Amino acid sequence: MSGFASLIARDLRLVWRRPGDVAVVLAFFIVATTLFPLGIGPEANVLARIAAGVLWCAALFAALLSLDRLFAADLEDGTLDLLLLAPWPLELAALAKCAAHWIVTGLPLAALAPVLGVAFGLEPDVLLALAATLLVGTPTLSLIGGLAAALTLGARKSGALLALLALPLCVPTLIFGTGAVEALATGGDFGAHLAVLGALALVALATTPWAIAAALRQAGE
Amino acid sequence: MADLHFLANPARFRRLSQRLLPSLSFATVLMLAFGLYLALIQSPPDYQQGDTVRIMFVHVPSAWIAMGGYGLLAALGASLLIWRHPLAALMARAAAPVGAGFCAVCLLTGSLWGRPMWGAYWVWDARLTSMLLLFFLYLGHIALSRAYDEPERGDRAAAILALVGVINLPIIKFSVDWWNTLHQPASVARLGGPSIHTSILVPLLWMAVTLLLLFVLLVLLRTDTEIDRRRLENAEQQA
Amino acid sequence: MSNHAVFVMSAYLVALVILGGLLISSLAARNRVRRELAARGLERSREQRAKAS
Repeated sequence: MSGFASLIARDLRLVWRRPGDVAVVLAFFIVATTLFPLGIGPEANVLARIAAGVLWCAALFAALLSLDRLFAADLEDGTLDLLLLAPWPLELAALAKCAAHWIVTGLPLAALAPVLGVAFGLEPDVLLALAATLLVGTPTLSLIGGLAAALTLGARKSGALLALLALPLCVPTLIFGTGAVEALATGGDFGAHLAVLGALALVALATTPWAIAAALRQAGE
Repeated sequence: MADLHFLANPARFRRLSQRLLPSLSFATVLMLAFGLYLALIQSPPDYQQGDTVRIMFVHVPSAWIAMGGYGLLAALGASLLIWRHPLAALMARAAAPVGAGFCAVCLLTGSLWGRPMWGAYWVWDARLTSMLLLFFLYLGHIALSRAYDEPERGDRAAAILALVGVINLPIIKFSVDWWNTLHQPASVARLGGPSIHTSILVPLLWMAVTLLLLFVLLVLLRTDTEIDRRRLENAEQQA
Repeated sequence: MSNHAVFVMSAYLVALVILGGLLISSLAARNRVRRELAARGLERSREQRAKAS
């Protein structure tokens, strides 16, 4: 178990040394979000209507941005070979990598989104709901993204290919994430949507580490 | 050594396909001829949809084949990863573009069906949207399998993707269905699709079998080519 | 046929183009690879005969 924690700690330490990497992702999130009112127009009721969708989509793209380096750096410096040979299960290592990714990407995005949501004219309870859905939904994005990153490790055009692979698989999370916020705004069942989001996260948790490990073993051969 | 293992199954497959392809092609052409007659001439216009029901005879079987095709990719992927069956990789490489082609036919014919039925070339209804996502999953499989200099690496990565994808497909279908009921526009009352009368059941099933034969034909043909292509690549590496 | 004939015909045409195109490109690819394999196969056996002699 301590191996798991130390692997996460190592990744966090690496990010701590280069905070610019995280800052860039968050900056992208802000810029991308800003494009929508600029492209669509500043009408308040339109913006309030599209806010959840825009923020969720922008968060999705931002989360994908940092993914192609997730395993690539480890492949380059030999860490991946060590992980492949290590006594503990590769699945746990995969989980640790995704957890670290979530801590430095999903978590800040979930915190930042309500701030941006103010610019879209959302009510405080809706802002809170938005943060909650992102909090529950972004781990799934990190897991699916981690799988896409492992599958495209060493491939040509890996960045675009990663997005092509990950985005369709993230659609259910997107639908229930935005659906939850909309349910709150229109008086639907927020709890049920959030529960489905949680279920999706659990399914991802139960399946992706094995797929990621299989993909990493292919990469190591 | 890899060469010997490789040659064992593909040679047998090659003999099988040499025997099957001519009669399969003949059968497909015959079935297609009669099927087109049934679909375009013999079957009566539907009392609800008029002649546009005829589009269904291509649209619905294509949907079934597109979905089945992805299931095939997953089965082949499992076969490759679990039993290291070399033919599985080659057949998956061959089948993915065919499945994607049928998926595209489904989407485009669905769009052309939608225009006279619902007034728009594209509506974000649950089934079309799910089919569109399936198309993206196909594209991902095709791109991933060809993204590596070593084709074997691409084959195995795509195999994992196919398995992950097939698990996700019901989840995607479920969530798109849900999304559609949430956002169902008031003007489009019933996107439920046509009910199956017996007069359209026969042409539908006939065309379904015909297109399935065409799918098998294309996959066998392309698998033959993939076998040859892999032999060519092995020869180039040894040279 | 009614005025929806153009849609029906377009749909069948689309199917023909895509599936027919797949068939044609599959046949063309098979012949291309076979030709190349034959050429290379002949080259290799010629080399081997040259080495053997």
